Amino acid sequence: MSLSITLTINGIRRIVELDDPRVTLLDLLRERLDLTGTKKGCDRGQCGACTVLLDGRRINSCLALAVSQDGAEVVTIEGLAQGETCHPVQGAFIAHDAFQCGFCTPGQIMSAVGLIQEGQVGDDPERVREGMSGNLCRCGAYRGITEAVLEAQRSLSQAGRKEAA
Amino acid sequence: MNRFDYVRPATVSEAVAAAAAPGSAYLAAGTNLIDLMKGGIVSPQRLVDVSRLPGLDRIEPLPDGGVRIGARVRNADLAHDPTVRKRFPAVAEALLSGASAQLRNAATVGGNLLQRTRCAYFYDPASACNKRQPGAGCDAREGENRLHAVLGWSESCIATHPSDFCVPLAALDAVVEIEGQAGRREVALQEFHLLPGATPERESVLAPGELVLAVRLPSSAARFAAHARYLKLRERTSYAFAVVSAAACLHIEDGVIAEARLALGGLAAKPWRARAAEAALAGLRPNSEHFRRAAEAALAEARPSGDNAFKIELARRIAVRALALAAAGTPERLPALPGSPFAPIPGGALHG
Repeated sequence: MSLSITLTINGIRRIVELDDPRVTLLDLLRERLDLTGTKKGCDRGQCGACTVLLDGRRINSCLALAVSQDGAEVVTIEGLAQGETCHPVQGAFIAHDAFQCGFCTPGQIMSAVGLIQEGQVGDDPERVREGMSGNLCRCGAYRGITEAVLEAQRSLSQAGRKEAA
Repeated sequence: MNRFDYVRPATVSEAVAAAAAPGSAYLAAGTNLIDLMKGGIVSPQRLVDVSRLPGLDRIEPLPDGGVRIGARVRNADLAHDPTVRKRFPAVAEALLSGASAQLRNAATVGGNLLQRTRCAYFYDPASACNKRQPGAGCDAREGENRLHAVLGWSESCIATHPSDFCVPLAALDAVVEIEGQAGRREVALQEFHLLPGATPERESVLAPGELVLAVRLPSSAARFAAHARYLKLRERTSYAFAVVSAAACLHIEDGVIAEARLALGGLAAKPWRARAAEAALAGLRPNSEHFRRAAEAALAEARPSGDNAFKIELARRIAVRALALAAAGTPERLPALPGSPFAPIPGGALHG
């Protein structure tokens, strides 16, 4: 069975031929489209390492069948930076030492981008921690992650205000 | 994961026809189904993708003050919907106490109702499980069963239903709209899930191929908006299933409980409506002595199914605390940790 789907990945429209409906969005990105920034941790929706934005919302790509996402827009960690310039969330993760081994980091950063866009947490660290609880970090860099998310949110909202002015 | 055929029907009637073939399963977000398929716990021969069916993605306020929630509304969208937040706050709190933000962005209303138990023996194909393989036996009975059911269980199965969302739905008299080849029908949410008895493989009243279209909350559910809470004890602060949980909703008039609603989660194969507790509270003042008596009534029939006698007293205490939180009033903004028992009761003792 051949299934043809169209996805817009990091702004580029791609037509993907799937020979098997079992392929998850995560495996499609990593194994067939060479976008290995998105990580496979548990592969069961428990760790958050595979987090991407699907139509602007953070989801676990390991639990999404690729064939079911026909027509969707996907943003992965590879789609955040503008050329050599880091995305503000990436910059904040570096500034706050928000990782150690780095394996969970792409998922953490994509989750943080989604969380900031959702606009529900304000400047409350407890709400940030709760909002990021779907991303596990076995090195335990949570303190830096929380600080980075708060700072990135501040810098993005300032940038938004400047743009509006 | 087994091989399967994939079909994406364009309409509800096409979907129902496609799912009539034996071995079919509906696919919405897949947050539970794909996990189960990866583990070899279920292996449908055909997936009928309902994730784009028209007309099932709306939250519609009804003229009488109720609300109709389409089956493929995402958990996050429902929890942040202004009507739901204002009129049915315990529903929003329950949703936000469940899973992670990523899962809530994907998981749907219909899928939440139909999610499978998290019993480890159900999840392990090497273990005996009457739910997975009728007649095989139940390894949970003599296994690690401290989190298993204390109400409504049978010798065949002691698993619990893991949903948070369904607990306030049960308390608030929600109705499930269903479509199948025989037409459309409605079932009260309290009747939707089945207790295991001798057939634990049958988990809901859905006939093969029937599709959940929507969940309706009646206008009467909005009477409790000022005093409605969901409380959920977990083994870690966040992103965990309930050990025990409670949805408590009070309609208070002139300092007296005109009507109470109480449902418990994590205790049975279905969300457990505690009608005896509700009756015990009617006409009384909201205080801890009355709440304790109501909680005793709610758990009167509970009995351990293994190493889980502690859950009975825990459930009483969570019920008392949920009622006390409801009496104190629905907060203007949901707490940072929705449903968390760590938050103090406004004006009350820290413990109790």
